[in-house]
Amino acid sequence: MARSAVSVIGAGVAAAVAALVLLPLVAVLWRAGVWPALATGDAQALWFTLWQAAVSAGLSCLLAVPVARALARRQFFGRGALITLMGAPFLLPTIVAVMGLIAVFGRSGWVNQGLAAVGLPTLTVYGAQGVILAHVFLNLPLAVRMILQGWQAIPAERFRLAESLGFAPAQVTRHLERPMLRAVLPGACAVIFVICLTSFAIALTLGGGPGATTVELAIYQAVRFDFNLGRAAMLAGVQFLLCALVATLIWRVVATPGFGAGLGRAPVLRVQGALPLAIDVLAIAAAALFLLGPLCAIALRGAPGLGELPPAVWAAAGRSVAVALISTLLTLVASLALALSVAEAQRGAAVMDGVALLPLATSGLVLGTGLFLLVQPWVLPSRLALGVTVAVNVALSLPFVYRLLLPEARVLRADYGRLSESLHLQGLAWLRLIALPRLARPLGFGAGLAAALSMGDLGVIALFASDQSATLPLVVQGLMASYRLDTAAGAALLLVGISFGLFWAFDFWGRRHAAV
Amino acid sequence: MKTSILATGLSCLALAAHAETPVLTVYAGEYFTSEWGPGPAIESGFEAICDCDLEFSTGDLLPRLLLEGERTQADVMIGLSTDVLARARDSGLFAPHGQDLAALTVPVDWPDDTFLPFNWGHTAFVYDTTRMATPPASLEAMRHLPDGITVVIQDPRTSISGLAMVLWVKAVYGDQAGAFWADLAPHVLTVTKGWSESYGLFTSGEADMVLSYTTSPAYHMMAEDDQTKQAALFPEGHYFMAETVGKIAGTDQPELADRFMAWVLTPEFQKVVPAANWSLPSALPVADWPEGWAALPLPEKVLFLTEDEAESLRVEAVEEWRAALSQ
Repeated sequence: MARSAVSVIGAGVAAAVAALVLLPLVAVLWRAGVWPALATGDAQALWFTLWQAAVSAGLSCLLAVPVARALARRQFFGRGALITLMGAPFLLPTIVAVMGLIAVFGRSGWVNQGLAAVGLPTLTVYGAQGVILAHVFLNLPLAVRMILQGWQAIPAERFRLAESLGFAPAQVTRHLERPMLRAVLPGACAVIFVICLTSFAIALTLGGGPGATTVELAIYQAVRFDFNLGRAAMLAGVQFLLCALVATLIWRVVATPGFGAGLGRAPVLRVQGALPLAIDVLAIAAAALFLLGPLCAIALRGAPGLGELPPAVWAAAGRSVAVALISTLLTLVASLALALSVAEAQRGAAVMDGVALLPLATSGLVLGTGLFLLVQPWVLPSRLALGVTVAVNVALSLPFVYRLLLPEARVLRADYGRLSESLHLQGLAWLRLIALPRLARPLGFGAGLAAALSMGDLGVIALFASDQSATLPLVVQGLMASYRLDTAAGAALLLVGISFGLFWAFDFWGRRHAAV
Repeated sequence: MKTSILATGLSCLALAAHAETPVLTVYAGEYFTSEWGPGPAIESGFEAICDCDLEFSTGDLLPRLLLEGERTQADVMIGLSTDVLARARDSGLFAPHGQDLAALTVPVDWPDDTFLPFNWGHTAFVYDTTRMATPPASLEAMRHLPDGITVVIQDPRTSISGLAMVLWVKAVYGDQAGAFWADLAPHVLTVTKGWSESYGLFTSGEADMVLSYTTSPAYHMMAEDDQTKQAALFPEGHYFMAETVGKIAGTDQPELADRFMAWVLTPEFQKVVPAANWSLPSALPVADWPEGWAALPLPEKVLFLTEDEAESLRVEAVEEWRAALSQ
């Protein structure tokens, strides 16, 4: 009974997401009426897009493993705060992130000033290396958190058993950590790969020139500048295909770790020896320096402007918070339903899993344009500005929250499915007593992510925007376009502060109520 | 959410109560209606004389209009820049402005019967006098910048100012435009999507020069009392850019739209332009410019491609730029 209800809701969510993502693409194609061929430079753009996304995703995941391991097995003062704070870069709106990175790694940034002071040659951040640096900066936090969750999902009993059996660190790695990584890494890698596939503001500012053009940039050009809808739809289609390919590959390599159920005690990982300690300290210190440096730069740059923010900024901030909270609630419900039904479903799980990754691969611009075309015959688009923003935010944050929930939903199903069934625990009671407490940690983290991502979004609203519906990111852009760079930096800091505050509150709630 | 539903309901009631007040809907660019843009002054100025309600609807300009087509709610569109006029005109959605162009003071011939310029400026490379004592003296000198001098520019495929830049170089160098870009390429620190990202990089000290406008120094001089940002003026001439106003053919408020078009050319409107838009007024003699503006250094020679010339050169000029900078 509970199973079929969950499956029906999950299928409904998947269908709604697929419709929200695919219908606009169809609308744009329909309107364009043609399917043009690739243009000069498209092959180059496609190649650059693919390899930078692959390198960025690979590096992010690779670097995240030692950091996550160190955080999982060390206890120290301020550990929780550090974990939360290190998540912040992922939540930064790209304009702000780029400014922070440039303040640290730019031509006149801290690193180069330091190098110059000791007489060393300076580094340049502009070029492919800058794009990859920025993508690792933005996505390393996500990778660390996803992998850390994996570590924490290994029942404490397994580590105790390993300890009592006298496992050497290499054996712990082989029997516990490697199976976990095999289950978690492909998903993390895929999500980051797809994020990097569709990013373009980063590539355009740090890429150094048109050699670093991405497919999403070509879409932007087609929609906003050339008004070539056929080309925009064609390029968006190419992005979809790439994403579908990745999703299929991932589905084939992903595995459920077979640790069995535990009693839900906090894992105690004890590692002795000076070398592992040194490695852990180094990993945490390096990651903290890399991730927190640009954040400090943003805070320093924005602080002077905070005092003189005009009322319009506060009004926009209020709107953004309201949009973020509504988006978060809807995202949580949708992701939970989807994750539970994928974990349970025999047939159709692969399809639903692919659908959940689709919004990531969509081009925000094509999505916005298509939605505009779809609603325009019926309603004045500007009346729907905030509603559309919520819908798009839900679609765009769903893949992340779903990815966080899925591994734990699988574990939940494998470990507690039979027990729940034998107790006839169903429906809301099952949700309240079994599912929610077990999933509280990823739910809280996911809610924080959804809220923060919804605060920072701006790609889609431009077509729908009206005066009364400008969100905080739009206001930051408006300030920058009016030379008010100091005020813009202040408003950007406010944006970062609110995003981060929301993230922290939800994440804290999740960890507080977690049964594991 | 509830309050916004309530607010919508209330505003519907309010609209019904004031049904007799006609509304002029003006589509404007995103920056326009912020309190630092020209929108608020234009709105209150026009409402004082029109006995109507002027409503700005901000967002994308041309893409939105083309998507809406005949169904558009706009009566007037403000902010279309010169280099996209050909495509706007081809849409067939605009009506003749019917205004006498004698009042125009722009430095180029403007025979257009559809679009009225309301401001203007030129593209220019802006530098910081504290970091660069002697700026390049000509566009040719930009090709031979000393080692280590860096420039940030905008992508002509995504930004109006970037497009104006490649047309500027094309107008000066013709077939040699590609060679110009190849020579400049080592000095291009990076290329950004839009103007504001470039300008942010420049003011934070990342680059020595930035592609911007001849009017950019005015902001620093007048709003910040900072004389250190200057535009490098070149004898080859600078490319003219203007933003325009157009009347939508299918407007349900044709008289109001006409009055707005006429008002754009009056001194009341024109005097708002400089400090709110950081650009030059299109129909105001220099003697009447607000204080300080007449002192702004401007180039002697102005370059401008007609709409048809610009449209025919656009693809080629952008491709030359892309090929040279992709190396």
